[in-house]
Amino acid sequence: MKIQRPGPLALALALLVGLFLLLPLLAVVPISFTPGRMLSMPQGSLSLTHYRQLIEDPDWLSAIVLSTKIGLLTSLVSTTLATSFALGIWMLQPRFSQLLVGFVLLPMIVPPVVSAMTLYFLLTGLSQLSQAVGFDSVVGVTVAHIVMTVPFAVVMVLVALAQVDRRIDLAARGLGATVMQRIVHVILPNIGFGVATAALLVFVLSWEEIGVTLFITSVDAITLPRLMWMGLRDNVDPAIAAISVVLIVVTTLILLLRMALQRRPEFEEE
Amino acid sequence: MMMRNRSALWPALALTAPLVLFLACAYALPFLGVALWSVTLPELGTGQYQRLVGDPLVLSVFLRTFRICLVVTVVAVAAAYAITYVWVRGSRLQRRILEICIFVPFWISLLTRAFGWLALLSNRGLFNSWMQALGLIDSPLALVRNEPSVIAGMVHVLIPFAVLPLASAMRAVDERVLLAARGMGASRLRIFWSVFLPLTLPGVIGATLIVFVFSLGFFVTPAILGGGRSIMVAELVYLRMFQSPDWGLGAAISVALVLIVAALMALLSRFAALALTGSGK
Repeated sequence: MKIQRPGPLALALALLVGLFLLLPLLAVVPISFTPGRMLSMPQGSLSLTHYRQLIEDPDWLSAIVLSTKIGLLTSLVSTTLATSFALGIWMLQPRFSQLLVGFVLLPMIVPPVVSAMTLYFLLTGLSQLSQAVGFDSVVGVTVAHIVMTVPFAVVMVLVALAQVDRRIDLAARGLGATVMQRIVHVILPNIGFGVATAALLVFVLSWEEIGVTLFITSVDAITLPRLMWMGLRDNVDPAIAAISVVLIVVTTLILLLRMALQRRPEFEEE
Repeated sequence: MMMRNRSALWPALALTAPLVLFLACAYALPFLGVALWSVTLPELGTGQYQRLVGDPLVLSVFLRTFRICLVVTVVAVAAAYAITYVWVRGSRLQRRILEICIFVPFWISLLTRAFGWLALLSNRGLFNSWMQALGLIDSPLALVRNEPSVIAGMVHVLIPFAVLPLASAMRAVDERVLLAARGMGASRLRIFWSVFLPLTLPGVIGATLIVFVFSLGFFVTPAILGGGRSIMVAELVYLRMFQSPDWGLGAAISVALVLIVAALMALLSRFAALALTGSGK
């Protein structure tokens, strides 16, 4: 029981900050229904032109398809690597594990522009081996996205593992289960939700990755954020408002679903 | 017990190996390559690093970046403190509402959020249209493509990162200490100012460092909201890579950024316990 609830001043300030956080997302909605060809508020009539453009314009459509493809592949590989890594860490002594965790979290901590430069170096190098895996290729972008998203997946799986009761694993071990049996039959079923969440959120992160993608693509591998970037720099295309609304709605639904499914006893008041 | 641990060591290491090897090849080695560029392009030597401290353009970009990041950090941490306070200590409904305010924007792409600020503040955006419709202003105010809009956009992105360490510091505060303060007759404000705030100060310092580190490498938000006028370090790297190919300088700036971040992270490791529990979103 908290002895002191936030007072009116604290509530007002928090509400103000909350509003600041939501406002730019909400402002996108009316803009997306403008009939005009420029970024503007709709005057009088509303229109779905820009939403139609998303499915009719081949550029937008192929960018959406490409981002989905890369996102799914990234999610699969990233989550698998992260889950295997986190399981290993969970079984290791804390002394060994700190250094390893620190290492794999690097892409999350290092400034994105440095990671972008690093991946640019890697992919232009790979280009010399084969065009199909290097700079401006689907495989190249996927590799870069795996590097950038894997730390987030590791953190999420580690958090899920921290909530597993070690005694059930000890029991399995005591009964003679092999490492593989312990993982498949005991640990994984207990962190299934965490792993699924990690996979979903890695997909979201890959689907919207721009900082690194900008450095490693030029004309062929145009992902959705890359296309949005091109439309944002110069004359702002209102189709971006439409795709933004779609992205905001999808992300919000995913998060609300996650919030509803997740039991978080630590936040509930006793 | 010892034997058992040792027998578990190898399978555990084998499980971690794929990711560690992947990142070693796809991340650590290429970074060394970038570091190599910084001393070999265009010629062997430390010329690029001398430019970092000697070239007035590069220096002014670095100084501007530090100035903007400092302002952003102070504003973001203060705002995060206010929202986290209610998120941690408020009623259930208040917590649910604020949770949405904090975490929905967090997962939405930087591009969409930068676009959101354009939609809100540009000449024909929401704010100017409404103000004109209400007759409060005659012509639209120039609210984007300038430094304040860059700061607003960056604060927006960074608040959630500050919330996590602050929340873990606030959750760790012992209620009985607050109870004691009240028992001795302290007012609400006094309890907050003399007891609660000092107790959560480690969280504030952790949040400040995290936010500052993250803000240094910002690229997308300043590039869109700054309109090319107030260039920050990360955008300078991009321009040096793709507009006036000067890879050596781009690489040198990258190495310098990593060194700065490493120094700040070493400072942060004093607050590691707080920061680590905070990053588990």
